[in-house]
Amino acid sequence: MIYFKYIRMQLRSLAQYRSTFWFMIMGQSLTCALGFASMTMMFDRFHTVAGWTYAEAALCYAAVFMAFSIAECVARGFDSFSRLIVSGDFDRLLLRPRALTLQVLGSSFELTRLGRLIVGGTILQFAARNLGVAWTADKVVVLIMMILSGVVIFFGVFMLGAAMCFVTVEGLEIVNVFTDGGREIASYPLPIYGKTALRFFTFIIPYGCFNYLPLLYLVGRADGHAALYALSPLIGMLFVIPCAFVWKAGVRRYLSTGN
Amino acid sequence: MSAVKTRNMSTITDIVRPYASMFRIQFIGQLQYRAAAWAGIVTQFFFGFVFVMMYSAFYGGEAGAVGVPSLQTIISYQWLKQAFLMMVVLWSQDADLLNQIVGGHVAYSLCRPVDLYSLWAARLLANRAARCALRFAPVLILAFVLPAPYGMIPPPNVESGLLFIVSLLLGALVAVGMSMFLYVLTFVTLSSVGPRLFIGAIADFATGMIIPIPLMPDWLQRALAMTPFPHIADLPFRIYSGDIAGAAAGAAIGVQVFWVITLGITGWLAFRVVLRRTVVQGG
Amino acid sequence: MITLNGIHKSFKVARRKPGAKAALAAMFRREYDIVNAVDGVSFDIPDGEIVGYIGPNGAGKSTSIKVMSGILIPDEGTCAVAGLTPWADRKKLARRIGVVFGQRTQLWWDVPIIDSFDLLRDIYRVPQDEYKRSRDRLVGALDIGAFVNTPLRQVSLGQRMRAELAASLLHSPDILFLDEPTIGLDAVSKLAVRRFIREINAERGVTVLLTTHDMHDIEALTDHIILIGKGRILYNGTMSAVKSSKTAEGLPVEEIVAGLYKEHGL
Repeated sequence: MIYFKYIRMQLRSLAQYRSTFWFMIMGQSLTCALGFASMTMMFDRFHTVAGWTYAEAALCYAAVFMAFSIAECVARGFDSFSRLIVSGDFDRLLLRPRALTLQVLGSSFELTRLGRLIVGGTILQFAARNLGVAWTADKVVVLIMMILSGVVIFFGVFMLGAAMCFVTVEGLEIVNVFTDGGREIASYPLPIYGKTALRFFTFIIPYGCFNYLPLLYLVGRADGHAALYALSPLIGMLFVIPCAFVWKAGVRRYLSTGN
Repeated sequence: MSAVKTRNMSTITDIVRPYASMFRIQFIGQLQYRAAAWAGIVTQFFFGFVFVMMYSAFYGGEAGAVGVPSLQTIISYQWLKQAFLMMVVLWSQDADLLNQIVGGHVAYSLCRPVDLYSLWAARLLANRAARCALRFAPVLILAFVLPAPYGMIPPPNVESGLLFIVSLLLGALVAVGMSMFLYVLTFVTLSSVGPRLFIGAIADFATGMIIPIPLMPDWLQRALAMTPFPHIADLPFRIYSGDIAGAAAGAAIGVQVFWVITLGITGWLAFRVVLRRTVVQGG
Repeated sequence: MITLNGIHKSFKVARRKPGAKAALAAMFRREYDIVNAVDGVSFDIPDGEIVGYIGPNGAGKSTSIKVMSGILIPDEGTCAVAGLTPWADRKKLARRIGVVFGQRTQLWWDVPIIDSFDLLRDIYRVPQDEYKRSRDRLVGALDIGAFVNTPLRQVSLGQRMRAELAASLLHSPDILFLDEPTIGLDAVSKLAVRRFIREINAERGVTVLLTTHDMHDIEALTDHIILIGKGRILYNGTMSAVKSSKTAEGLPVEEIVAGLYKEHGL
């Protein structure tokens, strides 16, 4: 498949910058670890947050960081789409007889994000052990679905950000509200931010669908909606569909306005 | 007598002029990015709100929190961080300068009859000032308008307010002094991405950008106090809310001055060493 | 066959004024200018021709090449390239055309050039035996065998441009758009590029539309020029006719073209 050929190319390029690669891996791991250390320090001082325990928050943190790092690794082409626009390389993709989405995905593959994935995985193990949950098969499946769903949702957000590049590259920082900001918000159980934030990040940009709602199911706080909460990661994935439409509309706009 | 004096004066202006000019041109250049400024304001405000909600939730929990600043102090701390982020973050960098180093174009700059360290420092300061100038006022206004307990309140007295401004400016100088070492490092490694990310991660944490330093464990606070990190943002923010006041504030600002001078001198020397190496190698 | 009929395209460009005050004012209000990049362009290029597309910077050359290659939709007008409407059949057309931008690269920066070729083979779905034949022929004709196993970032600009030309022809297109293919090249590379363009045109009948600021490219390759300025076609005919006009007699070619620009107020 052509996508894997693109990826092979990216990996071969990577081999040219070994020391940078390892520095990046360490830097990424460190960011993730220091973020978790900060969370630990907060719980050290305050013990709980709005009724949520350290282990519960740690699970949210781990799930969101794992999902984010996989999404950034695979869909970096969309996350850093402004580079393709600014350099003019997007024109080149348009000149090739292949699906654009595939080509953008293949334009970048950020293996360094695996540093975060490893640290995230370690935190996930720690949280899973301390959550006081009996890990039956269904709960393990829900846990895996949480991360997969997170990847898909972040991918959708990256697509929206990429579509925004067709309008303005300069004002792009605003996308951070939904990428980095979403990651920040979703590293704690959503209700601590109040009702408005909870609703927004459940129904508009469904970060809640891949960590807070399934978390309720995992810890047995689902109050009669168990099936719904267990399935919420799957429902959240639907978010990527409207995002793809917005991206397509962006490409059409680009074709008629140029740059 | 007076003629000599006038000449001395003009010599001083002559000396300062290139650096002031660099500051001005860089400042105006940065102001061009209108959409970036708006996006920055919205982003900064959003993140401020997220953090304020989070800390409110923590403080609202059980009474297990001893020896920490009041919630209001932390909230003001957060809003100040969002408003002045561009002034104090260590990871902000000038891609042009980094490219000059990595691409070996720095030789052109060496042809000019100015002190390159000071010129670059002026440029970095201008970047910070300009990025901040467009953003801080809207964020602060919004933060003041927000209802209690989420909004910020004015400093307890005029003295704290004035000391805050002095301390913030010194903090920006400490930040510039430290970030100049990043450029020195880039001369040595000739690659800018990897080490920068690594150092940026540590610096973000150590300057109190991830969680406020007063909320860290006591041993870590004591350790950080020996470094320049808390003198960039943490100190001015705590002076603002009166958490550090009076003689303690004066002494702390003295330490800031010490760091500005120390970092300036060591940075200037280190810069000279790497520059000489570059010239010898013909970079 | 390339046909353009009444192609029109305008852009909105933000106006910038100097000074800090104006920059602050622009935070709240911004003024725009409408620029007619291409303003009613029509021409035909028969199959198998080489055409020099000339004009000063900002005349509309790149915009019209973007329209012809399908990556920009015009406001008005019709266009047919190889029997297709470029923007409606962009992907289909992509297999029929090759495009080289002299200032940009289509090859992967950090891998050997041959690997980029292999990936392009997969992207264009060129059958392996056909690919091997056309690659070997291009490698020979452009004399790139010596550095085809070197990563792109380690080769010279002239070598890179030859590799770019090969890359854009691997899928054997009928039409080739060359946007400043000789920019920044040394004399040897320039000659090699010109010789190659002549060859593929003569031997394989590839139609070539070439933009350049180097009039020697034109002299070496073709007599047919199209002059564009301020978005309009100002001249479509032969170089020899321009040269033999009274005012141009005995002047070097650069002077003649400069005179042509001046005559049209460019």
